[in-house]
Amino acid sequence: MIWAWGALAFWALATAGNVWLAQNHARNRAVRLVIPALFGATLLLLWEGMVRGLGVSPVILPPPSMIGARIAQSLPILWTDFNQTILKGALSGYFIGCAAAVAVAVVIDRSPFLQRGLLPVGNFVAALPIVGIAPILVMWFGFDWQSKAAVVVVMVFFPVLVNMVAGLKATDALQRDQMATWSASYWQGLLKLRLPAAMPFLFNGLKIATTLALIGAIVAEFFGSPTRGMGFRISTAVGQLDLPLVWAEIAVAALAGSAFYGLVAVIERGVTFWHPSQRGRA
Amino acid sequence: MKSVLPILTVVLAIVVLWYGATVGLNAQWTRDQAARAGVEVGFSDILRDTLSQTRPKLPAPHQVVAELWQSTWMEEVYGRRGIVQTGSLSNRSLIYHGWVTLSATMLGFAFGTGLGILLAIGIVHSKAMDMSFMPWAIASQTVPILAIAPMVIVVLASIGIKGLIPKAIIAAYLSFFPVLVGMVKGFRAPDTMQLDLLKTYNASRAGTFWRLRLPSSVPYLFASLKVGIAAALVGTIVGELPAGASAGLGARLLSGSYYGQTIQIWAALLAAATLAAGLVMIVGVIERAVLGRMGMRA
Repeated sequence: MIWAWGALAFWALATAGNVWLAQNHARNRAVRLVIPALFGATLLLLWEGMVRGLGVSPVILPPPSMIGARIAQSLPILWTDFNQTILKGALSGYFIGCAAAVAVAVVIDRSPFLQRGLLPVGNFVAALPIVGIAPILVMWFGFDWQSKAAVVVVMVFFPVLVNMVAGLKATDALQRDQMATWSASYWQGLLKLRLPAAMPFLFNGLKIATTLALIGAIVAEFFGSPTRGMGFRISTAVGQLDLPLVWAEIAVAALAGSAFYGLVAVIERGVTFWHPSQRGRA
Repeated sequence: MKSVLPILTVVLAIVVLWYGATVGLNAQWTRDQAARAGVEVGFSDILRDTLSQTRPKLPAPHQVVAELWQSTWMEEVYGRRGIVQTGSLSNRSLIYHGWVTLSATMLGFAFGTGLGILLAIGIVHSKAMDMSFMPWAIASQTVPILAIAPMVIVVLASIGIKGLIPKAIIAAYLSFFPVLVGMVKGFRAPDTMQLDLLKTYNASRAGTFWRLRLPSSVPYLFASLKVGIAAALVGTIVGELPAGASAGLGARLLSGSYYGQTIQIWAALLAAATLAAGLVMIVGVIERAVLGRMGMRA
């Protein structure tokens, strides 16, 4: 019981501290980092305290310390799964899908007819439960990472396509007229004006696609996979009620997802440094 | 209206491509069968056979439509277990499975949306909540939450919660974050001028909320509702994947993939797509009506 009360007391203290900090030092940059960090720590501690204090079985919800120990203990397994699912399945699918979407966007950008036809269809498909095609693609491409990459390709394609087409239209008439007075060819106009102008939109799509890529790769493994991979490990460990291992995989997936997103965001900052949303954050 | 022709062209092109792919992908099997039987097959034989296999690699569109018709109208009206014969939906019909998925989706969506709006109200009015919670809410969008869906189902089943609720929890979780982030943006949409005007009227916090913040957040609400309901449906379908779930479109997908019933998979997929499109469209219609009444036609 001491654990539970201790956690509750810490929660109250931390909340009071956060309220005080937010009211008195909200402008301080360090405080802006401390407050969410404190909140996160509170959640972890509350979780630990409640699980220990109320005697929740680790089969239902293991405490964070147990998950941490499990991560340290099964690093080789986690690395194999990470390699299989993220590096092979998600990343290769992400690159193929995004490259294909950008290429298709540039092609259909030349034809207003195709745009009017493809964009509504693309928007429609983007709202569909695309993960559902996972069983079909697993049948076509086999159990290994190729089928996972195929699922990821289909999942990331439409969000990136829709954003890229919008981005290619983002230049205004004045800018295009300027290129015309310089007698720029189509390709010069594309490379020097419209592709750079499309970058903020493209990166918007790329960032959405990072999460989708991980989801696609992991969920596709529920339909069949070799005996490694994060989705495989999650579904088998759940079957064995080895919940700490499941949570360890989830922690890895969360870290990988945030790191992937962060990486794309950093590249975005480098590429679109001129855009108003990026200025003044250097 | 002028985009009808292009859309039809694209859809037609997709159907043509689909038929082409059907012939291409299924031809191997036909040739193998013919070689085993020692028969010579011509192009017309291949064409006829590839479009009518019972377990094709890729079923032709008309096979999928036929299966959809068979497993909805025919099953319910004429089937031995259909609603006409027994008074309850047949467990072999997609209407039954679609209803199971839809009810969990709607329950989760309602909870997720309600919670998201409530939390957004809290965040807009409390600086401490904003500063401690928002970074995590945004960061959590980069986490592949969907991947833990099966675990939630199994863990809740082990403490005795089964059926609708676990799936609804996943759906709620997935629709919660888009609504939260969208509504925080929406409640902050009024600019300083408008807020200052209400201050000169000596409006209370509640008055400002009801008369200014809430109305100006409505467009944001509907934008995030559309994302949220699609996410809720995906969450429910993935939640139905773990073995043991016997009803729902996700279970239908999984059993189809176990037994190699490709036509069944595609029919379930098409049903899910129709459901998703229908839900998003309903939200869109409500959006147009509400915004029209408020004089903010989108």
